[in-house]
Amino acid sequence: MAEKKKSDLKKIKELIEIMKKNDLVEVEIKHGDDKIFLKRSQAPPTGTSVPTAAQNTMAVPAGPNASQAPTTEAEPAVSQLHAEENLVEIKSPLVGTFYAAPSPDSDPCVEVGSQVEPQTVVCIIEAMKVMNEIKAETGGTIAEILVENGQAVEYGQVLFKVKPD
Amino acid sequence: MFSRILIANRGEIALRIIRACHELGIEAVAVYSEADRDAPYLKLADEAVCIGPADPAESYLNIPRIISAAEIADVEAIHPGYGFLAENVEFAQICRDCGITFIGPPVEAMRLLGDKVRARKLAREVRVKVVPGSEGTIQNDSEALKLANKMRYPVMIKAAAGGGGRGMRVVHNDISLRSAFGAAQAEAKAAFGDGSVYLEKFIVEPRHVEVQVMADKEGNALHFYERDCSVQRRHQKMIEESPCPILDEDTREELCKAALRIIKEANYVNAATVEFLLDKNKKFYFIEVNTRIQVEHPVTEMVTGHDLIKWQLKIAAGHIIKIRQKSIKHKGVAIECRINAEDHKNNFAPCPGKITKYIPPGGPGVRVDTHVHQGWTVSTSYDSMICKLIVYQRTRTEAIATMKRALREFVIEPVKTTIPACLDIIQHNLFVKGKIDTGFVERNF
Repeated sequence: MAEKKKSDLKKIKELIEIMKKNDLVEVEIKHGDDKIFLKRSQAPPTGTSVPTAAQNTMAVPAGPNASQAPTTEAEPAVSQLHAEENLVEIKSPLVGTFYAAPSPDSDPCVEVGSQVEPQTVVCIIEAMKVMNEIKAETGGTIAEILVENGQAVEYGQVLFKVKPD
Repeated sequence: MFSRILIANRGEIALRIIRACHELGIEAVAVYSEADRDAPYLKLADEAVCIGPADPAESYLNIPRIISAAEIADVEAIHPGYGFLAENVEFAQICRDCGITFIGPPVEAMRLLGDKVRARKLAREVRVKVVPGSEGTIQNDSEALKLANKMRYPVMIKAAAGGGGRGMRVVHNDISLRSAFGAAQAEAKAAFGDGSVYLEKFIVEPRHVEVQVMADKEGNALHFYERDCSVQRRHQKMIEESPCPILDEDTREELCKAALRIIKEANYVNAATVEFLLDKNKKFYFIEVNTRIQVEHPVTEMVTGHDLIKWQLKIAAGHIIKIRQKSIKHKGVAIECRINAEDHKNNFAPCPGKITKYIPPGGPGVRVDTHVHQGWTVSTSYDSMICKLIVYQRTRTEAIATMKRALREFVIEPVKTTIPACLDIIQHNLFVKGKIDTGFVERNF
């Protein structure tokens, strides 16, 4: 069920955070019939002493092989970011699930750098099985995308930051 | 048992439910409006979802947003608390349609008992006396006049879809009935979406006595004795106590059994309160059933030792009542004062604002149920209740002494509260003697 997938996704994200925080490379968790195995391909920061967690061997970080971990958060593309006060926030008017694109195969509605006008559909928020098109309500360039595809969002949550024209 | 539920409410009852959930190992998801964003109880919840702006219609009453929050938070059930959507048949139906357990009665029982006219009819069918009144709704003022003269004045015009003490008018003669009738219909339509009204004989100086009940899905039902809620102002309860100070054991048993008959006949499940009026001769008359947990539930919890919110969660999760009625005992006396942000010197006008100093009472026999703390801003968007102060002692005299002490210890500044009004009431000699009725406050203060 979709609901269970969302809850699993949340747990996996929490595990990833724990791994990063404690510099773990590999974690395997078994709970009854469920099993999760996560492996990071990132090098630990140089100069810091590596904490040894229970049952974990701090191996030489693997090369850029395909990690079994799901995609990590989209890093906010903030290269040309000026002072925060200049940016206009696009906030969620609904409680639901954020989708960047109108369907799984299409391109995202907008990306960082996309030009938007007030009527531009910037994303979809699904609430109670209804797909709601969210309009920009402002004009400018997308400077930052603060949520990920499939993420649960609440009323008033900031979705995008727009640099006004 | 549920692993995760959502609480579709705010303030003290949301916190109350979070506490019960945590003791049962249930994860609690809270929802909040932008006005409640900084409420500390949200941090006690396992997850909190913002569902809208301050206006209740856009947040705590907004069914799509609440259901959406329930879906994204992946909960199995919703506890509606009291007020807001707690007695909203549509909401209960939508929860059912979405596969989310509604922690409360089944839709059918809620609909049946939520209709005051049908509820009265059901009570008569199980041999419970009702307050004399119209058999059904009254269509026009000439019908009303005929019945009022037959029953004799004074009579009360009540909204069939009403509740919470609203949509009620007392009239003493034909002239006032004629003018009040149309107005009552319009008021009912505006407040509850349904202009149907019915007539009830207005019992002079009655006591308001209600019975707490709990039923499971197999038709087993228990009562948790009665509460006396006669201290009211404009039909809003101010002080509640258990047990009713003037009830003898026989009448108590009759009253509680009558409540159970009504609940069972309605195929009710979960918590309910059956309300009665007690006249001067200790005869009781059924008024209505509240198909939810009530504000004053702590009073019953103190005298019976049972956690009613946990009961609600367990019943909703499918538990069957295994204990027998005789194992539910009442002991001691509990009194609750509702502390509202109101100025009793100014006709109880609401006093919103920031509470800069807040020092709650404590010590033996004191329980404070609140979401409020120093620095909390009482909003204009919601009701003015900031706290429930409950005391529990072995005797009523000691309970009154503890309440007096606790009210005096309580510091809430600079917002005006009903603490002084409560102090005046509990020290009044009629209250001390237990000689109160629903007109007591308005006559003496």
